[in-house]
Amino acid sequence: MVTFTLNGQERTFDGDPDTPLLWVIRDFEKLTGTKYGCGVAQCGACTVHLDGTPRRSCVTPISTIEGSEVVTIEGVSGTEADAVKTAWTGLDVPQCGYCQSGQIMSAVALLQMVPKPTDADIDGAMAGNICRCATYHRIRAAIHNAASSMEG
Amino acid sequence: MNWKLAITGVATLCLFVGAGTLLSPASVAQDAKIDAKTLKPAASFQSIANERERSVALFQEAGKVIQHPRCVNCHPATDRPLQGVNMHPHQPPVFRGDGGMGLPGMQCTTCHSAENTPVVGQADTIKSIPGNPAWHLAPIEMAWVGKSLAQICQQIKDPARNGGKTMDQIVEHMAHDELVGWGWKPGAGREPVPGTQAQFGELISAWVKSGAACPAS
Ligand code: FES
Ligand code: FES
Repeated sequence: MVTFTLNGQERTFDGDPDTPLLWVIRDFEKLTGTKYGCGVAQCGACTVHLDGTPRRSCVTPISTIEGSEVVTIEGVSGTEADAVKTAWTGLDVPQCGYCQSGQIMSAVALLQMVPKPTDADIDGAMAGNICRCATYHRIRAAIHNAASSMEG
Repeated sequence: MNWKLAITGVATLCLFVGAGTLLSPASVAQDAKIDAKTLKPAASFQSIANERERSVALFQEAGKVIQHPRCVNCHPATDRPLQGVNMHPHQPPVFRGDGGMGLPGMQCTTCHSAENTPVVGQADTIKSIPGNPAWHLAPIEMAWVGKSLAQICQQIKDPARNGGKTMDQIVEHMAHDELVGWGWKPGAGREPVPGTQAQFGELISAWVKSGAACPAS
């Protein structure tokens, strides 16, 4: 039995300990905002925050998160999340949207660590989040907008 | 360059195994193939009377581990690690960052865990994501990509490029460091480095005791 916190609520899971966190979130907790893209840490669609840092939930066995705090797109909150939400809707960033919860989780985590990121910071942090619709230019602009909106 | 090393390896093998006997090319190729998967015990080098030659031979044997992609991939000459036995640039693109642990928002721990992680429901060619508690890149001064074994040998002995280690500390590091040890248990779907860490440690220890001589090229 694994006990962890999901979006602020204590949860337990007593299935196969190798079950990826992504499957627990989607299939058992029915939080389907976090997406399955590749299952092998190549696309970033499944990104969540694990104890405050971005983590690919598809390669995170549930057995490894005992006592940890997991935040998904449904639960992410705070100054950076608000700024990202406003910037994202302001620029209409998503195309099909499939990659976007992962993009947003990575973007929020970046702004929490680097409040005023450069283009290089953005490239570095977002390099593992693939967008098949190629919304990369809007993602970058929206992160800059979010950073500006948090100033002062 | 790998081809050249392979030829040198075969030549070395002939020197020890053949000792003047004429081996057929096929049997040489076969021995060389088996040879790449195993390490000769340090004691077997005692038969080389000349200490300097023995020392070089010991390091060349240890070089089968040191120059294996499992080790070299995380000693890159740029800020980006390599991946796989064909040593392609790491995908997704990741970069060195502070302490070789990645950039903010895209650190090693974004994907790598404290253990090798089996992946579920994937193609036969992708079996696990590698992991270790100490997963990180070797510092740039310890870059091995593109270097000859002779150059790596000099580098390992140079405190300015070996993390300020004494030779005793080098032996300890090679024989017992946990991340070095990952090379022998790299997880499903990845070829381990030859031999065992204990055998490798003994080779390095014997190399140091015999004067830590480096190959000429
Ligand atoms: S689904 Fe996890 S990185 Fe692609
Ligand atoms: S918006 Fe379609 S994959 Fe990114």
